[in-house]
Amino acid sequence: MSDSAITTVSAGWATVAAGLLGLLAIAAAMLDGVLRTRAAGARSLGLSVPVGEVARLLRQRRRTTVAADRLLWRIGGAGLLVMALMIITVVPLDRWTLVDLDVGVVWFNAMDVLAWAFVWLTGWGANSAHSLVGGYRFLAHGLGYELPLMFALVAPAVAASSLNVGAVAAAQDDLWFVVWMPVAFLAYCLGAVAIAVWGPFSPALGADIAGGVTAELSGVDRLLFVGGRYAVLAAGAAFAVPMFLGGGAGPLLPGWAWVLVKTAAVLGVFVWLRRRLPAVRPDLFMEFGWVVLLPAVLVQDLIVAVIAVGSG
Amino acid sequence: MLTHIAFWVLAVAAVLAGAAVFWVNSMARASYALAVSFIAVGVQVLLLQQNYIGVVTILMMVMEMAVMAVYMVMFMGMNPALMPMSMVHDKRHARAVAIGVFVALAAGALLVPWPARRGAPADDVTAALGEELMGPKMLVMAAVGVVMAVTIVAGVVLAAHRSRYDRFGDDLRRRPANDPQPGGVGR
Repeated sequence: MSDSAITTVSAGWATVAAGLLGLLAIAAAMLDGVLRTRAAGARSLGLSVPVGEVARLLRQRRRTTVAADRLLWRIGGAGLLVMALMIITVVPLDRWTLVDLDVGVVWFNAMDVLAWAFVWLTGWGANSAHSLVGGYRFLAHGLGYELPLMFALVAPAVAASSLNVGAVAAAQDDLWFVVWMPVAFLAYCLGAVAIAVWGPFSPALGADIAGGVTAELSGVDRLLFVGGRYAVLAAGAAFAVPMFLGGGAGPLLPGWAWVLVKTAAVLGVFVWLRRRLPAVRPDLFMEFGWVVLLPAVLVQDLIVAVIAVGSG
Repeated sequence: MLTHIAFWVLAVAAVLAGAAVFWVNSMARASYALAVSFIAVGVQVLLLQQNYIGVVTILMMVMEMAVMAVYMVMFMGMNPALMPMSMVHDKRHARAVAIGVFVALAAGALLVPWPARRGAPADDVTAALGEELMGPKMLVMAAVGVVMAVTIVAGVVLAAHRSRYDRFGDDLRRRPANDPQPGGVGR
């Protein structure tokens, strides 16, 4: 529980952190490419799918729409990437962190809420019915996943009696939080997948509405949005490590390597789940979120609080 | 020094973004101009070393503006919310009230003899503020919370055009409810 174990590194290391996030995002895109190629039954491995897609988008001409709200559209499209970078500022790489914020858990929460703004703004800005429908689908999902996500983050914070991410990681020396608060972990994972508009939460980008939020995105704008989704997915996976998976704890390897291995593992599962889970309909999920998920997470919080009070 | 500059830059940004709410001609821009204004205020609160309150301000305000976008469609209908429209109504009275309130507040700020600081701030200002708000005034806070929740529910009930008789039938016995939009757990 010693906060002094965390060293705040100088601001220059932010580029390294951003690079690591970029590598994780690229790895996720490659894994998705492999899975997509395999699902299509093609002979090639598919590792180069993201490379080809990036090259294509960089050369593509920008599509314009009539009376687009360009300012808000661009802010929304670039926002997800910024959001992912802001999230990882408080995620410690074992002993090192960029910002040792005393309310890091709330910081993550504030940043993940930005997805509401950015995804909706991307849908709004194009002045296109399909993309606006996509934006509202995301908000409908948001009304279902956000509160369970918030209360899922409460559980580790209560158990560690700290909102500092490093302190939460340090509090799991003997037992990882994922073991005795599995419901909170699952709700967190659901939220982390949702803020990346990924997998079951992709109806906002659905083919039935011509790509939804991304319907009118082209060229660099689409690259930023799609890349931002991978980055947010990677950041969500990285934040799960100090919150639920014991931070840098593990045998043989040094702590920073364990953080990266665990992050990559969680990220891999997130990417893999994309083709394993059905899309959840926004209208149906809303009730599920409030009637099933939220009470389940609240009961989890209660159990954790009782244990924390009992053992403290 | 740097903190002072940052504080003033944020203050100007907050005021300008707040004013932009009335300059722009789209509800989306007005909503998010307000969000930017509140984010600037939230960062100012961070500068005051009230980390928790600053971050929570940013969290709540961004979410609030997104929810406002939901209400925009729910209660206004699509057209007025999505078309360019003026963000000011009843300009003459509004201007008079705004100028009056500004003059009164500014005069208050300038004319009141501010007390000199007594004592030093607590080590953990957030905890101290929490004690101050929640300690002796807990009853008021709890009551206000309930009243706010009731107000929200009552507002939605009054605004919704379908009542429980539409959902459950005249004898309130129809199960599952007859909803235009079925829910996910099949009630």
